[in-house]
Amino acid sequence: MDTTATVSDTTLASPETGYERPNYLNAAYGMRSWLLTRDHKRIAILYLISVSVFFALGSLFALLIRLELLTPEGDMVQPDTYNRLFTMHGVVMVFFFLIPAIPAVLGNFLVPLMIGAKDLAFPKLNLASWYVYNLGGIFTLWSIVHGGVDTGWTFYAPLSTQYSNTYVISAALGVFINGFSTIFTGMNFIVTIHRMRAPGMTWFRLPLFIWSHYATSLIIVLGTPVIAITLLLVAAERLLHLGIFDPRLGGDPILFQHLFWFYSHPAVYIMILPAMGVISELVAAFARKRVFGYRFVAFASIAIAVLGFLVWGHHMFLAGQSIYLSTIFSILSMLVAVPSAIKVFNWTATLYEGSISYQTPMLYALGFIGLFTIGGLTGTMIATLGIDVHVHDTYFIVAHFHYIMVGGTIMAYMGGLHYWWPKISGRLYPAFLSRLSALLVFVGFNLTFLPQFVLGYLGMPRRYWSYPPEFQVLNVLSTAGASILGVGYVLPLFYFIWSMRYGKRSGDNPWGAIGLEWDTPSPPPTDNFHTIPVVTRPPYAYNEQEVHDRTSHPEARVG
Amino acid sequence: MASTTMEPEADAAAHHHPALQHQFDSLEQQKESSTLGMWLFLVTEIMFFGGLFTAYVVYRRTFQGVFAAASHHLDVTLGAINTAVLIFSSLTVALAIWSAQMNRRKGIVFFLVLTILLGGVFLGIKTVEYSHKFHDNLVPGPNFHFDGPSPEKAEIFFSLYFIMTGLHALHMIIGMGVLAALIRPAWKGRYDASYYNPLECTGLYWHFVDIVWIFLFPLLYLLGAHAR
Amino acid sequence: METNLPLFPESASSVAPQIDALFVVWSVISVFFTLLIAGLIIYFMARYRRRAADEVGLPERAPFWLEIAWSAIPLAIMLAMFAWGTQVFVNVYRPPADAIQYSSIGKQWMWKFQHPTGQREINTLHIPVGQPIKLLLQSEDVIHSFFVPAFRVKQDAVPGRYTAVWFEATKPGVYHMFCAEYCGGEHSKMIGSVVAMEPRQYEEWLAGGPAGRSVTASGADLFQQLACHTCHRTGTAGMAARAPRLEGLFGHQVRLEDGGTLVADENYLRESILNPMAKVTAGWQPIMPTYQGQVTEEQLTQLISYIRSLAGEGGIESGSGAGGGPNEVGAAGGQVDSPEPQTAGPARSETDPQ
Repeated sequence: MDTTATVSDTTLASPETGYERPNYLNAAYGMRSWLLTRDHKRIAILYLISVSVFFALGSLFALLIRLELLTPEGDMVQPDTYNRLFTMHGVVMVFFFLIPAIPAVLGNFLVPLMIGAKDLAFPKLNLASWYVYNLGGIFTLWSIVHGGVDTGWTFYAPLSTQYSNTYVISAALGVFINGFSTIFTGMNFIVTIHRMRAPGMTWFRLPLFIWSHYATSLIIVLGTPVIAITLLLVAAERLLHLGIFDPRLGGDPILFQHLFWFYSHPAVYIMILPAMGVISELVAAFARKRVFGYRFVAFASIAIAVLGFLVWGHHMFLAGQSIYLSTIFSILSMLVAVPSAIKVFNWTATLYEGSISYQTPMLYALGFIGLFTIGGLTGTMIATLGIDVHVHDTYFIVAHFHYIMVGGTIMAYMGGLHYWWPKISGRLYPAFLSRLSALLVFVGFNLTFLPQFVLGYLGMPRRYWSYPPEFQVLNVLSTAGASILGVGYVLPLFYFIWSMRYGKRSGDNPWGAIGLEWDTPSPPPTDNFHTIPVVTRPPYAYNEQEVHDRTSHPEARVG
Repeated sequence: MASTTMEPEADAAAHHHPALQHQFDSLEQQKESSTLGMWLFLVTEIMFFGGLFTAYVVYRRTFQGVFAAASHHLDVTLGAINTAVLIFSSLTVALAIWSAQMNRRKGIVFFLVLTILLGGVFLGIKTVEYSHKFHDNLVPGPNFHFDGPSPEKAEIFFSLYFIMTGLHALHMIIGMGVLAALIRPAWKGRYDASYYNPLECTGLYWHFVDIVWIFLFPLLYLLGAHAR
Repeated sequence: METNLPLFPESASSVAPQIDALFVVWSVISVFFTLLIAGLIIYFMARYRRRAADEVGLPERAPFWLEIAWSAIPLAIMLAMFAWGTQVFVNVYRPPADAIQYSSIGKQWMWKFQHPTGQREINTLHIPVGQPIKLLLQSEDVIHSFFVPAFRVKQDAVPGRYTAVWFEATKPGVYHMFCAEYCGGEHSKMIGSVVAMEPRQYEEWLAGGPAGRSVTASGADLFQQLACHTCHRTGTAGMAARAPRLEGLFGHQVRLEDGGTLVADENYLRESILNPMAKVTAGWQPIMPTYQGQVTEEQLTQLISYIRSLAGEGGIESGSGAGGGPNEVGAAGGQVDSPEPQTAGPARSETDPQ
């Protein structure tokens, strides 16, 4: 980056003027300035890099899984290898990508900016969280390099505690350690949102992104310690041959499932709630309109967080759980659909009488609404006891949770990244290519996972290395879709890196968006705001004059 | 939530306080933030031990007889002494904070050292208990031996006993380390009535560790003791 | 199964149409709402596309009734579908009283079956059409899950306890049988077939197979072999026994030493054999030795099957158990020679403890 700076402050930063205002990126140079930084924005970038590495790794595993399933006979890899592939795919994607992606990258960058704070409450803890995340990653990678784990990401006992002879302990410890990084982030968010809001930033003036991160952090703080102790028990049981979950020694394997899902079901909401927050921001910014039913959307986040803790038993309808318990878990699970439906309807209604532009982030957001709707509706289907009997542990489940996690979380993550990329980097990315990638992701995704709903109802069980030949056509479709999806994910990697050096300067606010994060230069200065803003109105207060005044210089503006 | 309101003068002076971190506007905001952060951390700790307590309660109910029989092998007297030691150490850590509020520098150091010593006494007694278990072959593993029906279930009891008390002891050791780290700045006069936040947060943590023991003691040692 | 691209699974059990109906209705609802949302998005995108650079949306007008409506409508749908789904589940979950019990043991990586008449099979299960069949599931190692897509039934087999699944095939055929719960290395090879046959053909198949002792008869043998009968005496001798009588026990209430009561089912018997001290019957000394490690899963099933067969003999109230035990053994032994009456005998007398 060129850094000769002599021009006056009002000039738009551009390659022509050769001027860059002081910002968090050019505040200091060198590895040290990054590795020891306490700036939440720099830590977000560090997280972006780490998370992308794990996303690439998880995607590679997914690709190999899909290639193996191209033919009914298991002819590419050995079954033991296949079992390791889907286990590592699940572990890496869930714990090292989906859970941290939006909070640790976008949340870290934006939470202080959106509430008008100089940083998160505990900057050192924030940096520690990144190191702990990588330490957990190293443990997990160590087990991958040494031959992997084959228990499934669910680590079900007694398979994981007694029967598997793979590197369960190091993988479990990796996840255990990673849990601390999540907890650090969650604690930081809650304290920051409670104590560090700018003057005038009341709870109902908070952007919905903040509400959803608040709800997410509550789940993180309450849920993550339970998976920590559970995995610790699994590791202890393997190491010391204890019998806590081993039926041969009087233990109860179902107790493991209760403890595991007590965290791991709410973990789904750790993944989807921040995504919902992103979508609320995108829909408001690109329809230039206040989100419909703001309070309903805000409270729906809290409702989902609370209900999310009461539904874990729906993973155990067929595990010999009492029918009365199953009934209660079934109805509670279905109730989660109500706040989710409220959100979907409100986003859709926000478009009504909006001023809609089809920039790349908006394409991701609209794709999200559609895919999340399918994921949510199929979720209520499988919460229905009568249907779960047949589709439990089949590809129907696989398709359902990929609609939520890939169609939901990753769509929102990509959309958010495209929306705030000018804020993060001060640069624009190619409009056509990025729209193309959004389209490829949408089409590729549906082609991958729609056939899996059919496969699941036909009865194809999940985690199968080989399968009866009549399932082949649908599996081929799915693999074809996965390759399109892969291209859709690789494209942004290239043009984001390209844009950091060659992208057009975006100016402060290329979208004409309203929100505290856009009230400061792009990229923001280290302390975020030159003067701490005073908030006097609710969020998303769009009006023509202001949009006109705030939008970047015409040559840099978008839409 | 424990919080002492600050005098206006103290607040104004705090703006230039050396302990004020850049992201905060005032020392009061910093104090509130770290206290809230500490409470949240304790919530995660409660959930962490909560998982263990759940497992214990489930098995306690399922294997009532065996667990009661196994718990008779625990030393109630030593456990009771340890309970008293810990409660007393909670008092001394509170007195350390009180000393800071009273601007008594030496008092802070004295009570910190006393708290650490009490923690040491607790761990010492715990070590004695552990070694008894070791001699009696009650440590889960290949040498485990338990006279009575269903030794494998008694082994689950002792597995949970060692994991729960072991993790509790680990928390004690960490707490003693943090307390020890506070001695030097306390001696240098870093903490007084205007700023004693690290003391207060560590105190919260120490009380929490104490409370975990208050739950562990009756659950492991006392439940079913009348039947012996 | 002939087509290359099946879109809907074959339906071959009595509960399958119920589950399919539920699924189809739910799918229609899902598709309707998905199309509704997608249609609205596409319409709004076209109708309200941005026409000028600085244009903004109109101020929000969010009527309260609208929020209530789109909260209440999904809620109503959920409640209705919940009620329906639960009702179907109860049907799938509770075996009818006349179900015949087969036993099934999952292990890495195969399914072992035993017919009530003693025939054993691995990864294939022959069953008669039109007859409710209850599979008592166990696992020797990790958790497995018995799944027959054409029957729309699935149940986990959990080590250390019994679970059960039932089905009634409605048409003859060969159907996939899968292990649905990931169980390690060769999980995807833990598959097999359920062969549903017309009852007459099933009888022929049974007759053609190698004859073994029936499950109950083997259990009776074991009962003698393990010296159970020395304490749990049957018949009139039971009056002076050192242990509770087992006739009329299964499916009836038991009062325990600690004051609790429970209904004697498979899991209770299992626990009492493996860990006799866990739940001692009121009025008896806790003197029974454990049989942990001395009986295999399969023998355990046989013993329980035998004890279950005593349920109909000399019920608690009748007290006329004289000769009941020997008679039963004889009858069960006789089944081997003539497969015809095997559906009578023990299984019919079962009263499911619900």
